[in-house]
Amino acid sequence: MNTRYTRTAISLHWLVALGLFGAFGLGLYMTDLPLSPYKLKLYSWHKWAGVSLFLLVLFRLGWRLGHPPPPLPMSMPAILRVIAHLTHALLYVLMIAIPLSGWLMSSAKGFQTVWFGLLPLPDLVAKNAELGDQLQWLHMTLNYVLAALVIAHIGAALKHRFIDRDDILSRMLPSARK
Amino acid sequence: MHSAPTSDRSITRMSRPLRSWRLPLIASAAAWLLAGGMMTSSALAAEFTRIDTVASQISFHYTQMGVGMDGHFSGFTADIRFDPARPETARAVLQLELSSIDTGSTEANSEVKAPTWFDTAKHPKAHFEASSIKALGGNRYEATGTLTIKGRSRPVTAPFTFTPQGRTAVVDGSFVLKRGDFSIGEGEWADYAIVGNEIRIGFKLHALQALP
Repeated sequence: MNTRYTRTAISLHWLVALGLFGAFGLGLYMTDLPLSPYKLKLYSWHKWAGVSLFLLVLFRLGWRLGHPPPPLPMSMPAILRVIAHLTHALLYVLMIAIPLSGWLMSSAKGFQTVWFGLLPLPDLVAKNAELGDQLQWLHMTLNYVLAALVIAHIGAALKHRFIDRDDILSRMLPSARK
Repeated sequence: MHSAPTSDRSITRMSRPLRSWRLPLIASAAAWLLAGGMMTSSALAAEFTRIDTVASQISFHYTQMGVGMDGHFSGFTADIRFDPARPETARAVLQLELSSIDTGSTEANSEVKAPTWFDTAKHPKAHFEASSIKALGGNRYEATGTLTIKGRSRPVTAPFTFTPQGRTAVVDGSFVLKRGDFSIGEGEWADYAIVGNEIRIGFKLHALQALP
């Protein structure tokens, strides 16, 4: 039985992690800026990053289906194993739902998403200011839930590393060679 | 004097296949002059003199970071006189209330009133005055005139269709202006990679016939 994630899964994990931190930080920063060409650029970059992350996460899920992750150690209490699986599932749900909510929000606010300024994504909802505000709230709320989950995820990984002293973190680290 | 070109054109068009036949030529010319005269008298009643500004729309389309965006203006006044049978006698003066702009976001709506954009405090209105309107055939026409925004005037030509529906008619057309020609979006906004230089202005006006 494989006890480590595949190299592709590890790369995808850290790439998505980097992208999420970047897009989240950019999203927080750009929202309150006064309108300027700089702000419009940042919004476009944020949207491009969101679409890219969405596609990466889809690829990640596909890869995961073909390459099941190593099982959690039996030394873990059953309840914690369930919580770990639920957290991972919810992380994936959010990583899909957040870009989708951003895409729909853009359409509702009348700003079409054009990936890298080249590939226009269809507007699935018509321009509607009220719906735009609701989707903005949804996009923001989902992001804060994701942020909380990511903090729990990191906390759990550190607990495994420094308290349980098992290999849960090292099997996702690129440098670990056992 | 204004109706003369129409009659001349009619004769030329009509006479071409009949060039070697003098009598039919004169007869047809007479018939056309007569028809022209009748058209003129009936056309007087068909003159459109007002615009239903509530039913009309003035929109604009531009690109922002390569993405197409739409907006519109809700406030304008129009002083028109248009007879589709005699477009050469037409008159059209439009005054657009620039602060009535809706760009699609509240943030941008207040930004474009600033001095770097429209400077609505100093130049509250855009002004268009047609110098000539010519028929292009069918229900198509072309208006040429002067557009003044922010104190800068540029010639513009706008093709449009004129579709009568009873006592009202729909005037539908568009033209492209370069925002740089009018200093709309100066300083940091002058970068056309962010907001494109070309702005397509669309108009869909509901014209009303003169009250009897």
